[in-house]
Amino acid sequence: MSFASTAAIVLRQFYLMRGSSARIVPLFAWVAIDIVLWGFMTRYLNSISSTRVNFVPSLLGAVLLWDFFGRVMFGVTMAFLEDVWSRNFLNMFASPVTIGDYVAGLVLSSMMTTCVGLLAMILIAGAVFGLSLFSYGIALLPFLLVLFLFGIAMGIVATAIVLRCGPAAEWFIWPLPAIISPFVSVFYPLSTLPHWMQWVARLLPPSYIFESLRAIVQGRDPWWAGLALSGLLAMGYILLAGFTFSEVFRFALRRGLIARYGAESVS
Amino acid sequence: MEDVREVLAIKNLSKHYGGTLAVDDISFSVAQNEIVGLLGPNGAGKTTTISMILAVLEPTCGEIGITGIDLARGRKAALKKANFSAVYAPLPGNLTVWQNLRVFGLIYGVPDLTQRIQEVVEEFDLESFRNTKCGLLSSGEQTRVSLAKAMLNKPELLLLDEPTASLDPATARDVRTQIRRVASGGRMGVLWTSHNMYEVEEVCDRVLFLSHGKILLEGDPRLLPAQHGKESLEELFVAVAREPLGLRVA
Repeated sequence: MSFASTAAIVLRQFYLMRGSSARIVPLFAWVAIDIVLWGFMTRYLNSISSTRVNFVPSLLGAVLLWDFFGRVMFGVTMAFLEDVWSRNFLNMFASPVTIGDYVAGLVLSSMMTTCVGLLAMILIAGAVFGLSLFSYGIALLPFLLVLFLFGIAMGIVATAIVLRCGPAAEWFIWPLPAIISPFVSVFYPLSTLPHWMQWVARLLPPSYIFESLRAIVQGRDPWWAGLALSGLLAMGYILLAGFTFSEVFRFALRRGLIARYGAESVS
Repeated sequence: MEDVREVLAIKNLSKHYGGTLAVDDISFSVAQNEIVGLLGPNGAGKTTTISMILAVLEPTCGEIGITGIDLARGRKAALKKANFSAVYAPLPGNLTVWQNLRVFGLIYGVPDLTQRIQEVVEEFDLESFRNTKCGLLSSGEQTRVSLAKAMLNKPELLLLDEPTASLDPATARDVRTQIRRVASGGRMGVLWTSHNMYEVEEVCDRVLFLSHGKILLEGDPRLLPAQHGKESLEELFVAVAREPLGLRVA
């Protein structure tokens, strides 16, 4: 691994951010809109609910954590897509940069952009709707860590899809979080799902996060064993994603996809 | 594996795309201070060969050595000693000249990067564009930026794929002079593709004619035409493109 090569990928992303409000605003605008929308929804649910359940930490907290996952994933993907959009593949991959340097650069770029989005969400959710992430206690750390790892894994898989199938395949990757969300039970208990969906959910690390979140809100202990399992699963997904990207890259080298990368040249 | 004076050594290199043979068992080398022209009609296999040397295309078989380093085993070390400029690979248009050179300077591990960027900016007359986004430059200016990036790490092997294709004659002449000067004064060897035969005659020490993935001819561009009964290099090029099997050896 070369620190300088990884730093170059991050620096490139920083230059792009610094020079373009169109890249900065989406870092916090969409998540802020989500928090505001769901914040008012939880307020309304609190006002009409006959029970004394507070929907803010369960629903709004879940939205915030799910948006965090999405930011991490898209942070990786966006940094990769910058090379697609600027047709920079040849310059990038004909250089001494290794796959490890490059992917590390994408991950660090994602961390940089995710921090902006997370900060915006925490500020709005706290200041306007009174949500404190610290109310989840020490479990907040595994929540964020597992979602971060799974977001990185999904981001790497998404980049592999675009590398394999061409720039037009970017439309496959934007809906990925929406496709996963029903399975991981962001807003409802796992037991609500049909049996086969529960089996799928058990293979997805975020399922354990949201079950634990609801347990904490209901005054129970987090599902520590489930959290430990989700950590292992997330690590497994990272390894699988890295392997997938590496294999797709090797395929691209064999077939010449890097050398003639274009929307219509890849199939 | 190769003599260290050879900055590029290609041995029995082939590339198959399914049933199509794009490059067919070619071998050649480029020495230090030598400029070798890789010529041939469209589809002859020039860009495929360059892509394999740049490690963005895996050969079906054969060996590529850059400054004695086997590319298959030491990709990173080999590519640190090489660089390229191609008309179809401009630098990202959404970064300024300076930003692009800084990013690629880091990737190539260039020491004293700020000073080196300043040197190439001056060398390629880019001072007035240093804070301009590359996408706003003319195609000729973009080519100069691409050449500046290609020279950033003082490569021992420089690959130039039609480097002057979008330059006006005066700028093209300046660029040729610059590359000729750098190549003759240091340890660099250059592999140069071009469809401009006047340029090839002026710049190249040796040329390789590629047709249907094979090297058909090799020699001094100033002597080759006469050796094959042709008036000029351009005439020889046309003959190679149209009737590769009908060439006469003088």
